[in-house]
Amino acid sequence: MNSEHKHSPQCQHLLGNLSEYIDGELQAELCAELEQHIEGCDNCRIVVNTLRKTVELYRDTDEPVDLPLDVRERLFKRLNGEPSLKI
Amino acid sequence: MNETENDISLEALKAGDREAFARLVDLTSGHIYRAGLQILGNSQDAEDALQETYIKALRSLPEFEGRSSLTTWLYRIAVNEALMLARKRRPVAFSVEAGESDDGEENEAMQIVDWCCLPEGEFLTSESRQFLDRAVQNLADRLRLVFVMRDMEGLSIQETAAALGVNESVVKTRLLRARLALRQAISQYYGDRVQEVKRR
Repeated sequence: MNSEHKHSPQCQHLLGNLSEYIDGELQAELCAELEQHIEGCDNCRIVVNTLRKTVELYRDTDEPVDLPLDVRERLFKRLNGEPSLKI
Repeated sequence: MNETENDISLEALKAGDREAFARLVDLTSGHIYRAGLQILGNSQDAEDALQETYIKALRSLPEFEGRSSLTTWLYRIAVNEALMLARKRRPVAFSVEAGESDDGEENEAMQIVDWCCLPEGEFLTSESRQFLDRAVQNLADRLRLVFVMRDMEGLSIQETAAALGVNESVVKTRLLRARLALRQAISQYYGDRVQEVKRR
């Protein structure tokens, strides 16, 4: 069964830095503090790991996108329809 | 090697070179369209926003000062077009600035289930992908905009701020809230998958 976690004040304090942490942009001192905390806090470790995985899942969908051909065709038609803006 | 926006002469664009503009469109329109899809949630509106974006860009190019990259500038126009369209469709509901403050929701009890251990295949099913798309659509508008720009389109914090016309600290706060909200929704979904996998 899934469980829920109410954060202690320390967890709450660290939570504010999670984005920078998973992006590798957290200052070294705060980073060390956070890593020390999650070593001893299973719940926070799960939150960090699942947050990182969440972002990865969305980045994985970030495949190169080609505009659908019909959409491209209508876009250029519209651009060509602009007076004095023919391309 | 693939062409980048740096290979397109800004002078040519500003001078109205149509071939250069067509290359810019082909280079960037896939991303602009996808961002519109994520913001607006349907392909017809995304296409309308796409067309308006490039019409506006074509008209505004002579005044482009190059203070941001062309791509960031196009995203900025695209976001404005998408927002205008969204407000027409949902005049009351769609809001970027107004409404609740940017703090607070972190106090909500968090889902604690370690679903990272699921087999990779579980994350790649079409049902999973549909769930991920729906979860983004369910985010508050101002959180979705930041998440789409930063995590789906891959803009930096600075570029996201420029594209959305807000400051960087607002982007950071909203990004964290968006990520935590998605993690919460996804944990519920994949938590059930973990139970299913265990039962097999």
